Amino acid sequence: MAAITIENLGKTYTGGVSAVRGIDIDIRDGEFVVLVGPSGCGKSTLLRMIAGLEEITEGEVRIGERVVNRLEPAERDIAMVFQNYALYPHMSVRQNLSYGLKNRGTPKAEIARRVDEAARILEIGAYLDRKPRALSGGQRQRVAMGRAIVREPAAFLFDEPLSNLDAKLRVSMRGEIRALQKRLGTTSVYVTHDQLEAMTLADRLVVLRDGEVEQIGAPLEVYRRPVSTFVAEFIGSPAMNMLDGEVAGGTLRVGGASLPVGVAPGKVKVGMRAEDMRLAGLGETAIPARLAYVEELGAQRLGHFEVEGQRLIAAFPAEQALSDEIALTVDPSALHVFGADGRRID
Amino acid sequence: MVENQRWLDILAHITLILGVVVVAFPVYIAFIASTHHPVEFMSGMMPLLPGDNMVNTYTEVLSGGVRAQMTVPLTLMLTNSLIMALSIAIGKIVISILSAFAIVYFRFPFRMTAFWMIFITLMLPVEVRIVPTFKVVADLGLLNSYAGLSIPLIASATATFLFRQVFLTIPDELMEAARIDGAGPMKFFRDILLPLSRTNIAALFVILFIYGWNQYLWPILVTTDADFYTIVAGIKRMADVVDSEPLWNFIMATAVLAMLPPVLVVIFMQRLFVKGLVETEK
Ligand SMILES: Nc1ncnc2c1ncn2[C@@H]1O[C@H](COP(=O)(O)OP(=O)(O)O)[C@@H](O)[C@H]1O
Ligand SMILES: [Mg+2]
Repeated sequence: MAAITIENLGKTYTGGVSAVRGIDIDIRDGEFVVLVGPSGCGKSTLLRMIAGLEEITEGEVRIGERVVNRLEPAERDIAMVFQNYALYPHMSVRQNLSYGLKNRGTPKAEIARRVDEAARILEIGAYLDRKPRALSGGQRQRVAMGRAIVREPAAFLFDEPLSNLDAKLRVSMRGEIRALQKRLGTTSVYVTHDQLEAMTLADRLVVLRDGEVEQIGAPLEVYRRPVSTFVAEFIGSPAMNMLDGEVAGGTLRVGGASLPVGVAPGKVKVGMRAEDMRLAGLGETAIPARLAYVEELGAQRLGHFEVEGQRLIAAFPAEQALSDEIALTVDPSALHVFGADGRRID
Repeated sequence: MVENQRWLDILAHITLILGVVVVAFPVYIAFIASTHHPVEFMSGMMPLLPGDNMVNTYTEVLSGGVRAQMTVPLTLMLTNSLIMALSIAIGKIVISILSAFAIVYFRFPFRMTAFWMIFITLMLPVEVRIVPTFKVVADLGLLNSYAGLSIPLIASATATFLFRQVFLTIPDELMEAARIDGAGPMKFFRDILLPLSRTNIAALFVILFIYGWNQYLWPILVTTDADFYTIVAGIKRMADVVDSEPLWNFIMATAVLAMLPPVLVVIFMQRLFVKGLVETEK
């Protein structure tokens, strides 16, 4: 187990594509860090540089005390779980699990002990002698996890390990990965484009955008105080409402309502989470909205509205009645105000 | 619709049966000829029904009793052919799988140049480069040797491309997983690539063995010493008699026997062979 330190890390692919640059992340020993961002933002590149599968063109990666820039993947004491599992198709599950240990010259008895232990933890004991072909997607995923844990590495690296599973299995495997990581206490770096997966798994989130770190923080911290419109709209479902507004003389005018705020005058973007919206009471500042349609989620209903030609979503309790013309409001404390450049300013 | 299907089936079967007949008929003729007395060919007509001399012909051919005709015992020619065919098949597979491995998995200077050089040799089969190749082999003192028989035929662009194609279907993540598992390049080659190409190797072996076994022009050129005659070239020499009628029954019996090893190879490797040709799952 070890901390992972990433300093000013950059990658330029041959051909000149700059995939990531200037990345600084301190991953503490035993921490579960999730790299999240839209497809193509450089998550895999970053992870693969930590793994040693991609050459580092700039900066430094340290695992524990060692600078690993020039070390082979096998020498970095990490284990990786791939999206397509990457199990050796011609080997039985047992052989898949033992292969890395065998290559390291681990004694036979020790290999057997670790494989049995991993099989017990992951409940794959029943098919140790099967080939990967004869396993379901979820079972293959477990085997891939098993191959990582038998190595007892300093860190686990995951590259979208659940993306090939169906929705239900994804949720249950997510829970298992989380529980397993807590139990083993192994430092983990996990890549996903799914913000919900990121929120539920992470001790800390690293939101990436176009090859640069946009925000680092605990999931709730990122959720509650996104540093930019990009993070605000990326994290959380439904995506945060983003309305155009204008500040003048300590008053924010947005969607036909005026709210007191303490920011400098100028054009702004105003973010409001759907669950922070509610019906305006008598005498409250109100945003007049026209109901477009209602989405029933069972526990909640989502009203989709039109406000001054912009779209707005608000969440209500399941039994809430909604009329076509409605007055919405939001606590000023729940407003997220971003400048014209998309940065948070309140 | 169903009726249509039926007629299509019948038509397909007729076509297939016709194809089989066209291929099998000469083999049948050869076998029939080997069961007759030599005198029966004098008329210039090939008999179509079995004769009564089969046991006699084959015993004589196998026991080497027709030395007058062949100058070399049949078993020696079969052995020579076997050595040549095996050297060519195995040599081609070893060389081409290693070149494909280098081209697909390593980044080295002039990699694409190497690739295109291999590609260009596709345009230079033995028949085209036969004179210079003969000169080289002669200068190296390899005439009348197993090395001279097989080495010039070993380089194979086709097999290299086949393995390249196979390797390209193997996901990169497998190589990356192996790297993380501490397997160096050769270990990855031995533990992962070889087992995954097993069926392709088998299919290629069958094809190349038959290719090597059927070599005719090259062995005739480089072997003047009877000890290195191969069976296919030997059959030709048997028919080249100057002052008498060729003994067609013996020649045909030899031809039938010469067909057996490739047939056996196909039969024994059939399962792997077919898998290697149709399998896509990796
Ligand atoms: N081998 C490569 N060569 C050139 N460009 C690449 C290569 N791999 C990835 N890229 C580019 O780098 C950027 C980041 O890719 P990647 O790390 O795979 O993103 P993500 O995993 O977040 O979807 C993309 O623009 C992609 O096109
Ligand atoms: Mg990716």
